[in-house]
Amino acid sequence: MAELTLTGARKSFGTINVLHGIDLAVKDGEFIVFVGPSGCGKSTLLRVIAGLENVTSGEVHIDGERVTHLPASERGLAMVFQSYALYPHMSVAKNMAFALENMGLKPAEIEARVARAAAMLRLTDYLDRKPKALSGGQRQRVAIGRAIVRDPKIFLFDEPLSNLDAELRVATRKELAALHAKLGGTMIYVTHDQVEAMTLADRIVVLNAGRIEQVGTPLELYNRPSNAFVAGFIGSPRMNFLPAVVMSDDGTLRLSVGEREVALPRAASGLVAGANVTLGIRPEHIDVAPDNGMLAATVDLVEQLGGETFIYASAPGLPQITLREDGQSQFYRGDAIAIRFAVDHLHIFDATTGAALARP
Amino acid sequence: MATTRLSSLLGQRRNGQGRPLHWTDVAAYVYLALGVVLMFGPVLWLVMSSFKTESALLEFPPSALPFAQVEVTVPGQPQKLPLFRVTLPDGTVRQLAQVRRIGLIAQMVDPANPSQQFRVAIDKREPVRHIALATENYGEPLQRFAFLRFLSNSVFVTLVATLITLLINSMAAYGLAVYQFPGKQVATIAVIGTLMIPMTIILVPVYLVVTELGLTNSLWAVILPGAATPTGVFLLRQYMLTLPKDLIEAARMDKASEWQIYWRIVMPLTLPALAVLAIFSIMWRWNEFLWPLAVLTKTEVYTLQIALNAFQGELQTQWHYLLAMTVVTLIPVALVFVFLQRFITTGIGSTGMK
Repeated sequence: MAELTLTGARKSFGTINVLHGIDLAVKDGEFIVFVGPSGCGKSTLLRVIAGLENVTSGEVHIDGERVTHLPASERGLAMVFQSYALYPHMSVAKNMAFALENMGLKPAEIEARVARAAAMLRLTDYLDRKPKALSGGQRQRVAIGRAIVRDPKIFLFDEPLSNLDAELRVATRKELAALHAKLGGTMIYVTHDQVEAMTLADRIVVLNAGRIEQVGTPLELYNRPSNAFVAGFIGSPRMNFLPAVVMSDDGTLRLSVGEREVALPRAASGLVAGANVTLGIRPEHIDVAPDNGMLAATVDLVEQLGGETFIYASAPGLPQITLREDGQSQFYRGDAIAIRFAVDHLHIFDATTGAALARP
Repeated sequence: MATTRLSSLLGQRRNGQGRPLHWTDVAAYVYLALGVVLMFGPVLWLVMSSFKTESALLEFPPSALPFAQVEVTVPGQPQKLPLFRVTLPDGTVRQLAQVRRIGLIAQMVDPANPSQQFRVAIDKREPVRHIALATENYGEPLQRFAFLRFLSNSVFVTLVATLITLLINSMAAYGLAVYQFPGKQVATIAVIGTLMIPMTIILVPVYLVVTELGLTNSLWAVILPGAATPTGVFLLRQYMLTLPKDLIEAARMDKASEWQIYWRIVMPLTLPALAVLAIFSIMWRWNEFLWPLAVLTKTEVYTLQIALNAFQGELQTQWHYLLAMTVVTLIPVALVFVFLQRFITTGIGSTGMK
């Protein structure tokens, strides 16, 4: 149970800068998810918090106490590794007890804590087994159990689900959410999977190239991304980005999109005529119009998932557009369709900087 | 079990079990058989010879099996006489005992009828022999030469030196494998570089150091100088480098001290490499000769190898004892190999990682 504050945390390996000044405050009991593409520095950031890497400059505070140069063993944090990092020569019980022994607890106390964690994670029957005799999901739970028994200030998770198969990943994700509700500890979770981020997080930190792009609740990021990167990263399938030129913005936003001119009735947002912008619209906010719609397009590919359908269509002069339809679709490859955007959900980004110019 | 295994081994063919012999099969078997002869021939010869009597050892041409000449007691003769099969001038073949030999003529007697004497040319007689194991080759030195003392000295040196070697080398290897520090590469190369310095070159300086420390004629003089081996450090370091870094970091997160990480995480996982080093160390120490010869001059601190050397005098060598005791010194190393050898190939393979 603890707060964490990072101030201007920078990390470089030799001449390569991995983190460029991270400022972040994590509240007590919060579930924070670091998300970003691979190589964005999210794992490094987690290791900096853990104390496995030292910051090049900047400060780390836990509960108001400066821990910037404290080694990992003295920070009182627990970490679940992507590889689980279970000690292969120790039984499950020994794995969980190892940290407690190092803390100098009495054997009875250790046994009680291990038993409690094992019961919580349904590992009681496997306490005497070695890690190699466990399935992937069980190993995962042992790794989590090893963190739980410690009763740490902050739980750190480094892509803990990436080695599980899809089905198990969904199940474990739910268990983690339940665990957080039960334990109420501060948790910091690193993933590249935006679904995990959306489902688990109280707040998501989107990282890109060593910088924080945006911090916010999952729906804030989904509804009001502050730039094109966040907009593209959150949401699946990803948001459609269509290059456009502003014609006029005086109550009706007129844009030149591809070969068509689109008029969107919406309040003026101060866009300058002639400006190059990127139109952002999520697949679920585009549908097939019964009339002429806004754009004419040709169906390239239809993915029927039963409950929903994804249609990939191309319009002249534009990148491929993805539409999501509820239920099952009657369209086939090569069909000509007219599409329209839900104007209330349209995002407009600066074409060069990617910053959001007008948000819904 | 063993025979079925052997027959299935010998039944292996290039194109699968039971196919006709291909010329490469023949080549392979010839090559392997040659290897077996080269490897086991000398050992077998040694064991056979160690059971020969002193005189049988000096016989030419040598025989493979330990034969001894039959000796008989003849009434009227103070000593036992060697028995020969003699072809007499009339063509009859009789077994006669030799009383004495003068030049090319042997004076012989019939054991059944001692009064009858014969003079026989020595190329007309052939010794009558039987297979006899000269077990006294083993028994006598064990009693007379305090061989058990030498054995216990050797065991002490080997065990203690191996334990120290494992401990020190694994610590150095841990430092060179796990930590990042300036000069790490230089340190590693320096350690490996010492491999190129032969023992003979540093023999005198090390001897001076040992003398200054007052260790001469103590077993510690044999144990300590060679305790840190570059080979061991290198071997263990390479193995430790393959251990997942996550494990060490997980231990750090688990509040383990560096000693605990070394002792409770890294050491158990390095067991296969430690076993290999243990085997090497045991062999090195058991067979070590030059250095103990230099620092051990009193009989009571002799190790086996030095004691064996003592059978080899300036004027004569007691081959029968030397061979028998060589067999005795081989046994422990052979046993070590039999029991530890599986560690060389099998490792604690699973690391708990996916």
